[in-house]
Amino acid sequence: MPAAAILARFVLLEARRSGLPWIVAASLVAALGLAAFLAQVALTESIALQAAFCAALLRACAVFLVAAHVAASTLREIDDKGLELMLTLPVSRTAHYLGRLGGYIALGAVIALCFALPLLLWSPPAAVALWALSLAAETALVAAAALFFSMVLVQPVSAVAASAGLYILARAMGAIQSIAASPLAEPTLAHRLARWSIDAVALLLPRLDAATRTDWLIYGTPSGASYAAALIGLLLYALLLVAAGLFDFHRRNL
Amino acid sequence: MSRDERSLNAVPRWIWLALAACLALQFAWRATRPGAATTAEDLPPAPTAAALRLASFGEPAAVARLAMLYLQAFDLRGTNDVPYQRLDYRRLVAWLGAIVDLDPRSEYPLFSSARVYTENPDPAKVRVMLDFIYREFLKDPDHRWRWLAHAALVAKHRLHDLPLALRYADAIDRLTTARDVPLWAKQMRIFILEDMNELQAAKVILGGLLESGAVKDPAELRFLEHHLEELEARGVATPVPRR
Repeated sequence: MPAAAILARFVLLEARRSGLPWIVAASLVAALGLAAFLAQVALTESIALQAAFCAALLRACAVFLVAAHVAASTLREIDDKGLELMLTLPVSRTAHYLGRLGGYIALGAVIALCFALPLLLWSPPAAVALWALSLAAETALVAAAALFFSMVLVQPVSAVAASAGLYILARAMGAIQSIAASPLAEPTLAHRLARWSIDAVALLLPRLDAATRTDWLIYGTPSGASYAAALIGLLLYALLLVAAGLFDFHRRNL
Repeated sequence: MSRDERSLNAVPRWIWLALAACLALQFAWRATRPGAATTAEDLPPAPTAAALRLASFGEPAAVARLAMLYLQAFDLRGTNDVPYQRLDYRRLVAWLGAIVDLDPRSEYPLFSSARVYTENPDPAKVRVMLDFIYREFLKDPDHRWRWLAHAALVAKHRLHDLPLALRYADAIDRLTTARDVPLWAKQMRIFILEDMNELQAAKVILGGLLESGAVKDPAELRFLEHHLEELEARGVATPVPRR
């Protein structure tokens, strides 16, 4: 078995032996319980409300769990000098980095699958499948971001905060751009500069608002083109993060 | 007990007592505090749709529905006999408009506008709500006709404003083009002019909606059944103004 695959297997084993499965189960129970409660007070669209609320909450849970787990696991290995020990083995830095990331991506895919299953209660299987695949791609991107920030910043709070900041900004950027482009805004130079700055920042971010959309579960599956565009966007950004992470890891004097 | 933990006996007695006392104090404090029932005056000014969209972080469908649950809690309980009668309807309409803009495909805001907020005894407030429903209908007639159909009934039976009811009925006939709009909705004008009381009219509309499959949600079905029971209990036989 290649070294990267062995590393990925160990990452999954570590996740299984940590409290992560219990937190995943607790997230499912909390989401289903809250959705059932909200459905009781809804006057209409109770099914859509449960699907939308559960999907939104579980999506946030999946992203947070993956980011926190990646940061905690990576930084523990750095603090325990496990990383330095691993680098003494005949395994290239690239294989080491990609192996760990592969394990985290597989972990995200398992969590995405677990979180998608209850949505079958309210939404058609095709829509749930597309949602789950998109969530798996989104958690892969988050895992790549959290691994990059953990290796670069080497502090758990900073790594989780940077990952969360990137994620939240990427999800809000579509709304920020539409506010900046509002025709009601004064066409002054300052406004134009602000708008260009926002557009420039948007170029550096993935379109997370176009991925894992709750609309797919409620109003029907997206068009093939828009779905493919969303997934390709996630994939490209994940590759960018991997390249940046490898660049930093190879440069580091360990 | 894991190997990292000592026996419970290792905890000093005063810490046990302190823990129990703090827990009891917390329960007592929460039990004596008033509940968080929101009153009409608590309804804050509506955010813009753009602000709501920004706060939704790419989850407009979920946030639009949660915003509706938030909105429907205002003035629902408390000292008022009729829910929502003290709400500032201008502010309420602004909220509903922002929520519709956030997720135009959600039916919740217009359902609440037509079925809940038009139950207000103040005719001026009902007119504000009917006007909102009409404006929103104009943006998407093929998907929003059923709320305007109910608004036409409210205009006729509650406001006794037959011209307004006919205006709404004509709008449904003129502006809807989708094939799934049932014939009774297209012929709402005849239906409005017929000598029916509110209960009969509500039964005809509800029957039509159920037959067309427009109402599927269990919560909505429960609400509509309850509404019909209320009308029956009230013995509604509103005199119908003649043209």
